[in-house]
Amino acid sequence: MLEKIWARHVVAEGPGGHVLLFVDRHLVHEGGTHALARLARAGRRVRRPDLTFATADHYVLTTPGAPAGDAETGGMLETLARETAAQGIAYFGVGDSRRGIVHVMAPEQGLTLPGTIVVCGDSHTATHGAFGCLAFGIGSTEVEHVLATQALWQRRPGAMRVTVDGRLGPGVTAKDLILAVIARIGAGGGTGHVIEYAGSAIRALTMEERMTVCNMSIEAGARAGMIAPDETTFAYLEGRPFAPRGERWQQALASWRALPTDPGAVFDREVALEAAEIAPTVTWGTSPEDALPITARVPDPARIGDPARRQAAERALAYMGLEPGLPLTAVTVDRVFIGSCTNSRLDDLRAAARVVRGRRAVVPAWVVPGSGLVKQAAEAEGLDRIFIEAGFEWREAGCSMCVGMNGEVARPGERVASTSNRNFEGRQGPGARTHLMSPAMAAAAAVTGRLTDVRTLG
Amino acid sequence: MRAFTRLTAVAAPIDLPNVDTDRIIPARFLRKPRSDEYARFLFHDVRFDARGAERPDFVLNRPAYRDAQILVTAENFGCGSSREMAVWALDAYGIRCVIAPSLGDIFRQNCVKNGLLPVILPAGEAAGLRRQLHECPGATIAVDLESRTVTGPDGRAYRFEIDPFARQMLLAGQDEIALTLGYERELRAFEERLEQELPWVVPGVGGRQPATS
Ligand code: SF4
Repeated sequence: MLEKIWARHVVAEGPGGHVLLFVDRHLVHEGGTHALARLARAGRRVRRPDLTFATADHYVLTTPGAPAGDAETGGMLETLARETAAQGIAYFGVGDSRRGIVHVMAPEQGLTLPGTIVVCGDSHTATHGAFGCLAFGIGSTEVEHVLATQALWQRRPGAMRVTVDGRLGPGVTAKDLILAVIARIGAGGGTGHVIEYAGSAIRALTMEERMTVCNMSIEAGARAGMIAPDETTFAYLEGRPFAPRGERWQQALASWRALPTDPGAVFDREVALEAAEIAPTVTWGTSPEDALPITARVPDPARIGDPARRQAAERALAYMGLEPGLPLTAVTVDRVFIGSCTNSRLDDLRAAARVVRGRRAVVPAWVVPGSGLVKQAAEAEGLDRIFIEAGFEWREAGCSMCVGMNGEVARPGERVASTSNRNFEGRQGPGARTHLMSPAMAAAAAVTGRLTDVRTLG
Repeated sequence: MRAFTRLTAVAAPIDLPNVDTDRIIPARFLRKPRSDEYARFLFHDVRFDARGAERPDFVLNRPAYRDAQILVTAENFGCGSSREMAVWALDAYGIRCVIAPSLGDIFRQNCVKNGLLPVILPAGEAAGLRRQLHECPGATIAVDLESRTVTGPDGRAYRFEIDPFARQMLLAGQDEIALTLGYERELRAFEERLEQELPWVVPGVGGRQPATS
């Protein structure tokens, strides 16, 4: 599949095995203002504003009823609105219900299509690969390059296949699946590769679940993850605002059906997991590869042979304030965050609400929907009431405490049960301690005040 | 873009694997326009304490390594977020080259776009260099992109591979946008073919693009 998508996007061959690749969708968020400003200073125009779409997610404040920006970030939002208007780029800004985390918004709008190349100045662009497209994050200089040329110089990455067969057990989700994959191959295991996820457990996932899986490809070091498009994909896309319609839809379908990898295709690397062996999973350290089943105990660095790994584990435990041997279910949490481009879609909120219903949060807990439309849909089902009655904060859409760029951070030393994707030191605020998990597991942690095996809650 | 040909400079060792770009530059600084101020943001939360005082144990705070222009790191340095500001911070501090057994893919590309040379060496060789830098703080390493060699403090030379495109861009200090705009004819031809063969790719061809507010 990678091969097929790659081949149809080559504009020109360049030096040293590099090719100039055409970009079908360029997604822009506030981070793009640096590049838009440089472009304007150089007097250059955006080559294909019709293939460029912008929204605001990283810096927008998510406090209900509050202004969207502070003195500094408000200026950034204004610049983004002004520059996109000047360049003729569609912008889903503050006040537009379509505004949301760029990796939630674009699929929701039908902008992400199979067989295309999607880029964005954000490493979680890997999310879009759930649709069977090649989607990867780029840096600020590359953003400027795509704005100016609608193309990128790239060398073909390696192809890796992760096959997950069988069925996920009760209480085990796509988040647990991808955390288990990362724990297996390591935070650098996919470096230089695009991961194609395959197998019966992957085929059985909904589009939202597939997005959760592909989203965290970058946590395994892979710049992109992808899943072959199938009827699930097509059913999700049909009728979305920017998806092709009528005759174009038929043409698109014919083209998409030819995309899946041919049987017998050879991958540079193959990894296989059994779905039935995956348990609800949480991270204990400061790298996403530090993931274990909730039934496990905090590992003992003294038992790690490799000195560099041992030192890293010791440092991680010191930062996380954890003792070796402690059962993970004995770890108390101070705060819960349900949101981020990994887990802020409607099904994620439903899964959390199912656990929360009739219970009360015993620690501060936030729910931050992935987009204005997710928020509306959740409210139409009454999910907001369930959360609010349980003492959760129901907030506006955005990245929020996934990264804390907008100032929404946890306090130093605070331990956060989070549905986001990175447990790096300081990710959710200086000194904040992050445990990654699924929405259901985060909801369980909110109502018990400690890491909890959601299967035991009944 | 600034060219890179060769450099002999003090090198600092970083032994921790998986150093992510959040650690290289915390998110709260990303809103700042690019300036010399970025030098202070580099490794901010591990380099300075909560009051802003230097942590004496952090490698770049030790006198011998202060003027480092080269980092020799462990596996997967620069993983995580795509933030190019991680490279801006390294650049503002004066780092011109990062030597590692592996680097985050996006980070490595961001280095090249900013005239920083990413060098991949086998894990054993990188570890050997770090050991020498610990043993002789302030020792220098020589890097030559023309001949693709790194020469350690002990005088031993290591050859490295780098993709020819990146090498050419770095040696020439080439502005990539200008290069690509030279392919205008190919771009145009591609776009015409796209509209013919895959008309569904462009939203709104035929006037169906939903209105945006
Ligand atoms: S939700 Fe988090 S990971 Fe996703 S785009 Fe926003 S900041 Fe990045």
